[in-house]
Amino acid sequence: MKVLKALVIVSMISITSSALASAWSPSSERKAELYNLVVQDCGSCHGLTMRGGLGSALLPKDLQGKDIETLTEIVLDGVEGTPMPPWRSQFRDGEARWIVEQLKKGLPQ
Amino acid sequence: MNGFLKSFFLALIAILAMSLASWAEAGEGLRGTGDLGVIIERATGSVKIIETSGRTVLHRVEGFGDLSHASVVYSRDERYAFIFGRDGGLSKLDILTGKIVKRVLQAGNSIGGAISQDGSLVAVSNYKPGGVKVFDSATLELVADIPAIGEDGTRSKTIGLVDAPGQKFVFSLYDSGETWIADFSQGRSPKITKFKNIGELPYDALITGDGHYYIAGLFGEDGLALLDLWQPEKGVRRILNGYGRGEKKLPVYKMPHLEGWAKAGNLLFLPAVGHHEVLIVDQRTWKEVGRIAVHGQPVFVVARPDGRQVWVNFAHPRNDTLQVIDVPSKKIIRTFQPGKAILHMEFTPRGEQIWVSVRDANRVDVYDTATFKRLTEIPAQKPSGIFLSARAHRTGL
Repeated sequence: MKVLKALVIVSMISITSSALASAWSPSSERKAELYNLVVQDCGSCHGLTMRGGLGSALLPKDLQGKDIETLTEIVLDGVEGTPMPPWRSQFRDGEARWIVEQLKKGLPQ
Repeated sequence: MNGFLKSFFLALIAILAMSLASWAEAGEGLRGTGDLGVIIERATGSVKIIETSGRTVLHRVEGFGDLSHASVVYSRDERYAFIFGRDGGLSKLDILTGKIVKRVLQAGNSIGGAISQDGSLVAVSNYKPGGVKVFDSATLELVADIPAIGEDGTRSKTIGLVDAPGQKFVFSLYDSGETWIADFSQGRSPKITKFKNIGELPYDALITGDGHYYIAGLFGEDGLALLDLWQPEKGVRRILNGYGRGEKKLPVYKMPHLEGWAKAGNLLFLPAVGHHEVLIVDQRTWKEVGRIAVHGQPVFVVARPDGRQVWVNFAHPRNDTLQVIDVPSKKIIRTFQPGKAILHMEFTPRGEQIWVSVRDANRVDVYDTATFKRLTEIPAQKPSGIFLSARAHRTGL
């Protein structure tokens, strides 16, 4: 019962905060998972340091001037005719955008 | 000191000296390198030097830069490992002493390399600037620079670089869909032969162990491009055209690798891009003779050296599983779940063990390939490629 209560409170808080904040944010555990995925799996093509490879470089300077919405769409839908796959089935709502925001800021090296 | 003590000490010194001499004579403290290998720790720019007889770690060496997608070739004496990093770093590592002998940053962005038939040249395949650079394997001095300017006039990323008999390197141009042969048999300026329109977006390639055929996998179409290196004048031809026809291609979260591809007798086992299938091709006709439904999209499809088993790992998000195909029956005889992110597998030269990197568990597992028992595990930071020194004597590896 206690757990349920806590869950309800947590979900209420997250609903409120997502309504209030402009950007939805994953839990810290999920963030760690996503971070690992971006570095290790995206890194297979884009380089572990995001300096590029088969895929393009994704450092803040490379993403400058590209808006978050477009980049989020690329993550979710991929790029036709290139190896960039659609990640929609892998990410919940808001996660792709969160990843794009982190890339624009620069991942901690 | 009295006389007795004096002669006692002298005798002791003499015995010590004699035993030291016989120790050196017997070669104690020396060792061969045939059972050594390197595990890449991709996130920390480090490697572990291991030995497969006792299955232990001998050294951990740092300072290799960005090792995402790193690969290794060996000198013909099996003493030096040439390590190709993502950041254009080419390092020569002495696997006996665990010391980096030489390191050069030869490009901005690289994908792998090869060593020539005679061992004198090391070639690196570069994304940026697109092309192949060739170095003297003794000194790592630049011997030749081959910019990959395709038919379209632009510089292309290069992929699928392999060594071929006759002091040749073969590679493909990702952006412009070409295969080039660089022939160094006449000296240090290569003779280049180009094959155009091989297909869309070649992403990796293999050479058969006899050096006879070069096969590039195509990402842009369902098919592979085959070049007969014994009769290059016949040109590149398409095989397995439209192998996924009528089926929806799934998103590819990791590109398959053709290096370490599987050949068992006359059959080749190849990963199908975007499908949960391994394709079986008869090498005599280059026709598909079957396909095996597997757990996910295959990344590495590798045959045990005797050709009786084929081991397969898979792309994200199904990358926690390994499957073993029994070649005679073409059935899956084993499915393991060693842990998240299985990136690479390497057999010992005679195939009794397989070493498997489990990236997210920070571990390399060693299995007995007859009993499938796990023999040991070796801790490693985000391990990716595992490269054993026996590759020194195999064409294309």
